[in-house]
Amino acid sequence: MTHSHHAISARSAGHLACERCGAVFPLSQEGQPCTRCDHNLRSRDMRSMQKVWAWWLVGVMCYIPANLEPMLRTRTLVHTSEDTIVAGAIALMHHGDYGVAAIILIASVGIPVAKFAAVAYLALSVRGVGKMAPGRRQHLYELVEYIGRWSMIDVFVVAILSALVQLNVAASISPGPAALTFALSVIFTMLAAQSFDSRLIWDTLGDDVQNDAPDADLQKKERP
Amino acid sequence: MTDNATNGQMIVCPHCDALYRVRMPEFGERAVCKRCHTVLIAPRAHAMIRIVALSVTNLILVIAALFLPFLQISRAGFSNATSLMDAVLAFATGPLFVLSLAVGALIVVVPMLRMLLSIYVLAPMAFDRKPLPASKRAFRLFEALKPWSMAEIFVLGCGVALVKVSALAQVHLGSAFWMMCVLVVVVLLQDNMMCRWSIWNALERRK
Repeated sequence: MTHSHHAISARSAGHLACERCGAVFPLSQEGQPCTRCDHNLRSRDMRSMQKVWAWWLVGVMCYIPANLEPMLRTRTLVHTSEDTIVAGAIALMHHGDYGVAAIILIASVGIPVAKFAAVAYLALSVRGVGKMAPGRRQHLYELVEYIGRWSMIDVFVVAILSALVQLNVAASISPGPAALTFALSVIFTMLAAQSFDSRLIWDTLGDDVQNDAPDADLQKKERP
Repeated sequence: MTDNATNGQMIVCPHCDALYRVRMPEFGERAVCKRCHTVLIAPRAHAMIRIVALSVTNLILVIAALFLPFLQISRAGFSNATSLMDAVLAFATGPLFVLSLAVGALIVVVPMLRMLLSIYVLAPMAFDRKPLPASKRAFRLFEALKPWSMAEIFVLGCGVALVKVSALAQVHLGSAFWMMCVLVVVVLLQDNMMCRWSIWNALERRK
């Protein structure tokens, strides 16, 4: 990366920033509470990886039954059906709703699987596995953090459908057990991503010899 | 928030731990980390009063959307309307009631709590008063809850549900649906206003 040689990490300059409020202290304050927000100061979260792997594992464990058990039970006058996530998407495709089927497949299969892979890769990359540049890994991390929450959409759809489609004998929809395990899987994966200390990504880079911290870049925003 | 006292102070990128000296950006400008491009400082004119105003708007929208119908359905003479409250209570019976609590928290309680917290923290400062007691703790909670506020995801969920049901019965959008759409835009505007570095500094300075 062309930008990297401008920066010096706070840690090698003998400083640390509070993870919660951003106040800057000398490195010797590590372990003390922040004078501004009371959060315990630490330059790096040393137990970050343990927490990431623990949440990641329960997340994966919940994702398996989420795909095997039914998400929705639909009853109409003529028939009753129980659909898993994938079966529901395939049924939509048969109706010709390719767009919605794609949204559901991406949100409940594509994104969760990609997320598990990305979190695992990021955690391993801190140990020196993989060759992606830190800037790219940082972007990957931000993407995982941003997109993770959107997987909840499937759970909300089940909630809406179950509340809405209660038409006596004509049609009714109720939630299946996969709604719970899927929600848990999304929540645990979000916690895994949040536990990851992204500053560790940059530690593999090393610092340039530099005496003073530079100014940050000033950019004009497009909007006033 | 453009006083020169902050110039020369140190700032650390929360994502990559790069250390910088603060050079306070003008309104509309922003300071960006050179190495990972995270926005460090982005001051906006009259940000506090604007954020408070948007929070009040949001609260009104959520409370109204809670009880008004957002989707209506009819088939073979039977019809049904759903409010946000009904969606929350969809799992209330049976073994999935935990999910009811979670859905209620994610789409109603957490968004409302965040709005109340932001008003509590920022309203006094917007009117040049001292922050109220425990403001820092309140702002901390406000930030921690951010990823768990999922009203906008719920709105997109409504869209998906709409298409799924259309094969089964006739569906109409209710007034609450449009309110939730406005809410999504308001939340985005508000996030765009929020500069956490400036707010933490203001909390510290006006103690």
